[in-house]
Amino acid sequence: MADHLEEVEVANKRAPVIEPGHTFATVTDKISSIVLTRPTSMGWVVGFGACFLVTMMLLYALGYLFLRGVGIWGINIPIGWGFAIVNFVWWIGIGHAGTLISAILLLLRQSWRNSINRFAEAMTLFAVACAGVFPGVHTGRPWLDYWMFPYPNTMQYWPQFRSPLMWDVFAVSTYFTVSLMFWFIGLIPDLATLRDRAENKYAQMIYGLLAMGWRGSARHWARYETAYLLLAGLATPLVLSVHTVVSFDFAIGIVPGWHTTIFPPYFVAGAIYSGFAMVLMLAIPIRKIYGLEDFITERHLQNSAKVMLATGWIVAYGYAIEAFMGWYGGNRYDASLLWNRLHGPYAFWYYMLLLCNIATPQLLWIRKMRTSPVWLFLISFVILTGMWLERFVIVVISLTRDFLTSSWGMYYPTRWDWMTFVGTIGMFLMAMFLFVRILPMISIFEIRQLLPEAEVKSE
Amino acid sequence: MKTLPIYGTMAEFASANDLVAAARRTHEAGYRKIDAYSPFPVEELADAIGFHRNHVPLVTLIGAITGGLSGYLMQYWIAVISYPVNVGGRPYHSWPAFVIVTFEMTILFGAISAVVGMLALNGLPMPYHPVFNVPRFALASKDRFFLIVFAADPKYDARGTRLFLEGLQPRSISEVPS
Repeated sequence: MADHLEEVEVANKRAPVIEPGHTFATVTDKISSIVLTRPTSMGWVVGFGACFLVTMMLLYALGYLFLRGVGIWGINIPIGWGFAIVNFVWWIGIGHAGTLISAILLLLRQSWRNSINRFAEAMTLFAVACAGVFPGVHTGRPWLDYWMFPYPNTMQYWPQFRSPLMWDVFAVSTYFTVSLMFWFIGLIPDLATLRDRAENKYAQMIYGLLAMGWRGSARHWARYETAYLLLAGLATPLVLSVHTVVSFDFAIGIVPGWHTTIFPPYFVAGAIYSGFAMVLMLAIPIRKIYGLEDFITERHLQNSAKVMLATGWIVAYGYAIEAFMGWYGGNRYDASLLWNRLHGPYAFWYYMLLLCNIATPQLLWIRKMRTSPVWLFLISFVILTGMWLERFVIVVISLTRDFLTSSWGMYYPTRWDWMTFVGTIGMFLMAMFLFVRILPMISIFEIRQLLPEAEVKSE
Repeated sequence: MKTLPIYGTMAEFASANDLVAAARRTHEAGYRKIDAYSPFPVEELADAIGFHRNHVPLVTLIGAITGGLSGYLMQYWIAVISYPVNVGGRPYHSWPAFVIVTFEMTILFGAISAVVGMLALNGLPMPYHPVFNVPRFALASKDRFFLIVFAADPKYDARGTRLFLEGLQPRSISEVPS
């Protein structure tokens, strides 16, 4: 199969998935040495330290929130869902690219995924962890969050399963659990590699414990491959369901601009859109700093850019249908919402959203842009900003102007809102810094599988 | 189980191709208690050592069905029997609203069963295993391929098996102490 792939690649003049000349040994050495022998650089210490400080700021903001209540945020009736929900939806969406790469592209036999799935899955986990902070703390009394789970209690009360917020609890917690298991299962053979190659006694013990005695037996691999494939099969509908359920939080309600049937597909496409932008924003510096251009090649950058271009158009279609339905649907509240988006107090941000999410990504039609890491990094940043603005537009504009003029209001985020938001970015990056330092960021055994020497000739 | 002083005899190969061929020949020679080790999954290998019964899909299916059923029944019991809430006279058994949690529970239990089932069937975690007594076995997680004939095999005898494995032209042969 590898031969065939090479022929196709030569025919299409495409960049290879792995640069030629690698063997099992060089792949293993290259990836494991980043963790085992490469000295901790000053840049890593400074980057990690900065992110650690920002995470401390998050804890400070949350501590003050627990002390004073959600009144320190800019939310007030009629806008009860401010930054907390905007950030929650944004982070959860970013997580989706990791599962798409690891599960859906596995089922579709896209072998290029093998070099980016590990850190994309890590990104998913950390993004979902950041997302989980927000619904947790915006309940007002976060120490009672466990009431959301159905458990027998002395109050003789049960959660209301007809509410989309309960569906969200189940969708997000299942998503996190399954993503964690998928990631960990993928790590086991590589942890065994690190165990066998570590020279430090403590490293041997820790990687050994985590590898659980993996020895690469053929029986184990057979069951392992089956379980991995089944997990991919289960994670595929799961990842599509998660943002669907998140969109139900809006779509099940009757607020103008939320109550639409296009939300689920348009949310899922937007999630993958922003997720790939985050994958690129992480992959581009990582491959440069750690010299991984042989494994994360131009091909990966191009493919990610193409996914962004495609999902970007689905998102654009979503915006177009929303606007069209506002005009064509004949519902005066929907029409007024559309007018509000175009001319209301937050109109500037709506136009910024169109600029970031629809206009800018069109640069990706140009081949030079798709292959230039610097441009891709910048475009990804613009897309991530745009996707954040999209959630801001959805949450805030609809709430500021609902059915009665007497209940109109404005929303202004406070510094506590900003500190919490920026704080989660710090937490996310801090986790990524730790991850690249202590775990193999590229799946070693899956890269070995892609090498020509892995081929078994059938007799 | 009786402990044997020797756990088995292990042969080292340089490529997946050689290992698959050697495993086939060993199985054809009548050895049944054998195993093969590779640094990445080799599809043909399980077949070559005669391993066909993989129960992971069944375990996953049972887990997924259990999860789905318990998810639905939990919601039914809560919404209809234990804590009925009358909302404008709508039916208590509002099944469309229960679909999502049922679905999520199916996935959750299915995934947990796949992972736990795979680990349990593989006998992991297993902190100690005799194959690690062979120093060169550390390369099994890098770029070398190993075949072992366990001493528990009825056809096993230390000299004869070693001679047989030498006939497969391995890179090295070692006895595995238990």
